[in-house]
Amino acid sequence: MSAGTAATALRAEQDRGRKTAQNREKIAQGRTYISAAVILIWCLAPAYWMVVTAFRDVDFTYDTSILPTHITLDNFNTAFDTSFGNRFGQALLNSVFIGAVVTLVSLLIGVFAAYALARLNFRFKYLVLGFILGASMFPGVALITPLFQLFTNIGWMGTYQALIIPNISFVLPLTVYTMTSFFREMPWELEESARVDGCTQGQAFRKVILPLAAPAIFTTAILAFISSWNEFLIASQLSSDATQPVTVAIASFAGAQPNQIPYTAIMAAGTIVTIPLVILVLVFQRKIVAGLTAGAVK
Amino acid sequence: MATELGPTPVKKPASGGPEIHHAPKGVGEDNRIASQGRWASWLLAPTIIALAVVIVYPIISALVMSFQKDAGLDPVTGLFTAGGPAGVQNYVNWLAQQCSAPGGGTVACPPGTLGAQFWTATATTFFFTVVTVTLETVLGFWMALIMARTFRGRSLVRAAVLVPWAIPTAVTAKLWLFIFAFEGIANKLFNTTILWTGSEWPAKWAVIIADVWKTTPFMALLILAGLQMIPAEVYEAAKVDGASTWQRFRMITLPLVKPALMVAILFRTLDALRMFDLPYILTGGANNTTTLSILVINQIRQGFNAAAALSTITFIIIFLVAFIFVRFLGANVVEQSGATGKKGKK
Repeated sequence: MSAGTAATALRAEQDRGRKTAQNREKIAQGRTYISAAVILIWCLAPAYWMVVTAFRDVDFTYDTSILPTHITLDNFNTAFDTSFGNRFGQALLNSVFIGAVVTLVSLLIGVFAAYALARLNFRFKYLVLGFILGASMFPGVALITPLFQLFTNIGWMGTYQALIIPNISFVLPLTVYTMTSFFREMPWELEESARVDGCTQGQAFRKVILPLAAPAIFTTAILAFISSWNEFLIASQLSSDATQPVTVAIASFAGAQPNQIPYTAIMAAGTIVTIPLVILVLVFQRKIVAGLTAGAVK
Repeated sequence: MATELGPTPVKKPASGGPEIHHAPKGVGEDNRIASQGRWASWLLAPTIIALAVVIVYPIISALVMSFQKDAGLDPVTGLFTAGGPAGVQNYVNWLAQQCSAPGGGTVACPPGTLGAQFWTATATTFFFTVVTVTLETVLGFWMALIMARTFRGRSLVRAAVLVPWAIPTAVTAKLWLFIFAFEGIANKLFNTTILWTGSEWPAKWAVIIADVWKTTPFMALLILAGLQMIPAEVYEAAKVDGASTWQRFRMITLPLVKPALMVAILFRTLDALRMFDLPYILTGGANNTTTLSILVINQIRQGFNAAAALSTITFIIIFLVAFIFVRFLGANVVEQSGATGKKGKK
C-alpha cells in the first residue's frame, strides 16, 4: 500500500521533471530561432537593400520603403552606359580576365608546392610553410611603392601584367595554404597502392591523386578567383581606364551631375558584380567553408 | 616575417605515409628522406621563386628606396631638392612629423600635409583594429555558438553569413555609403539626422559598422570550425557532473576553442591593420579616418622614397603585432595547420 503510493509519487515527480526539462528545451529552442533570425537579418538586410535600390527608379533613389517600389531595369542600362566616362562593361571583362589568369597561374604553381608540403618529408618544411603563411599576411601597401616606381620606369603602368603580377603575390600563398590542408585529408593510401603496383611517385600523383584532388583544386580556384575579383588597392593605383577591374570602376563611378552620386546605378553595378559570386558561394557552400577555415582551425 | 610565425617543431618522421613499407632501417631511410627532399625542392621551387619575385624583391626594393631622398619639387616649399642618399631621414621625418625646410634642415610639417598625419593615422589604424576585431570576435563567437546548435534552417543561416563575405569590399563601401547617406535608410530607420560621413565620430563608426558587417562571418566560420572539433561527449560528461551552462562555456568551450580563436583573431588583426578599401571609398580618409595604408597611397604621388619609408614602417608595425601574437599570446599558426596532418593520418 505505502509502497504503491511511493511509486505513484515518484512517477509524478519524474513526470514533472520531464515537463520542466521539456519546457526548458522549448524556451532554449525559441531563443535559438530568435538569434538565428537576428543573424539572418543582420547579414542579409544590407545586401537586400542593394538589390532593392538597384531595381528602383533613379528619381526615387531615397525612397525608404522597405519593400521594392518604382521597379525598373533602367539602372542596369545606366551601369553599362559609357557616356559619363564609366567603363563598367569593359571593367567586368578585365576583372574576369585578370581573375582567370591569376587563378590559373596560382593553381599551376601552387598545386606542386601544396603536394610537397602535405605529403613529403623534408628539412625546413615548417620554415617554408611559415614563409608562405607570412606572405599571405603581407600588407599590400608594402608592395605598391616599389612596384609603382618599377612599372613607371619600364612603361608597364596600366597594363594587365602590372595588375596580374602583384595579385599573384597574395593569391598564390592563399592557394598553397588552402590546398595543403585539403591534401592532408585525402586518402593517400591509394597513392601507396599505386606505388606498390609499380607507379612512380610522379605517375601516382598524375593518375591517382590529381583526379581525387579535383574537388579540392576546384574549391581553391573559387577562393582564389574571389580574392582576385575583390582586389582594390593595387588596381586603384596601377590600372588605367582601359584595364581597370570592376572594384575600381565601381569606386569611381560617375553620374550625370558631378556632385551627385548615382547610387541606383552603382547598386545595379554592385548587384551584377555580386550575384554570380553569391550564387557560386551558396552552391559550393560546404566546400567553401571548409576551404576558408582549412588549416587555420583544425 | 615567415620564420617567426611559429617555432619550428622538431622534425619527426611521419607515421604512415610512404614511409611505412619495406624499408630497412638506417641507410635506406636516410636515402629516402634525401630523395624526398630533392623531390620537394623541385615541387616547391616555382612557388618560392614566384613569391621571391613578387614579394621579396619589392620588400628589398622598398627598403633601398626608403634610404634615398626624393628628388623633385618639394610640395611644401616649392623648391627643387636633389635626390641621393638620405640615411634614415625619411624615417625620422615620418616619426617626428618633420618636413624639409626651405633653407635645408627640417621644420614641423604644417597641419594638413601628409607629413603631419603620421601619428593620427597610426592612432586611427589601431583604433579601427581594436574596435573592429573586438566587436567581430564577440559577435562572431555568438554567431558561431548559434550556428553550432541543431535547429531547422541551420544551413540557411550558415549560407546567409557567407553573403557579406562574398560581396567585394569596394561594393560594400559604396553600399554602406548609400545606407549612411543623409537621406538614407540608416537615418530613416533610427529616426536620426546624422551626417554620417561628415564628421569624425560618425565617419569612424560608419567604417567600423561596415567592416564588422563584412568580416564577422569569416570570424564566425573560423570559430564554428573550432567549436565543431570539440567532441560532444565532453559536454555530456560535464552535464552529468552537474556543470551549469556558463561553467561548460568557461571550462570547456573557451579553452578548447582557444587555439582556433587565437588564429582567427590574429588573421583579422593583421587584416585590420592594413585596412584600406573601406575607409578609402567610404570616407575618402576624411575626418580622421585615414589609415596608414591610405597615407602611403596618398604619399606615393608626392615622393616614392618617403612613401617607401612609410610602407616599411607600416610593415614593421604589422610584423611586430604578429610577433607579439605568436610569441606571447600563443597563436600558433604553423602548428595549428601541422596538426591537421597528424589527425589525418589517424
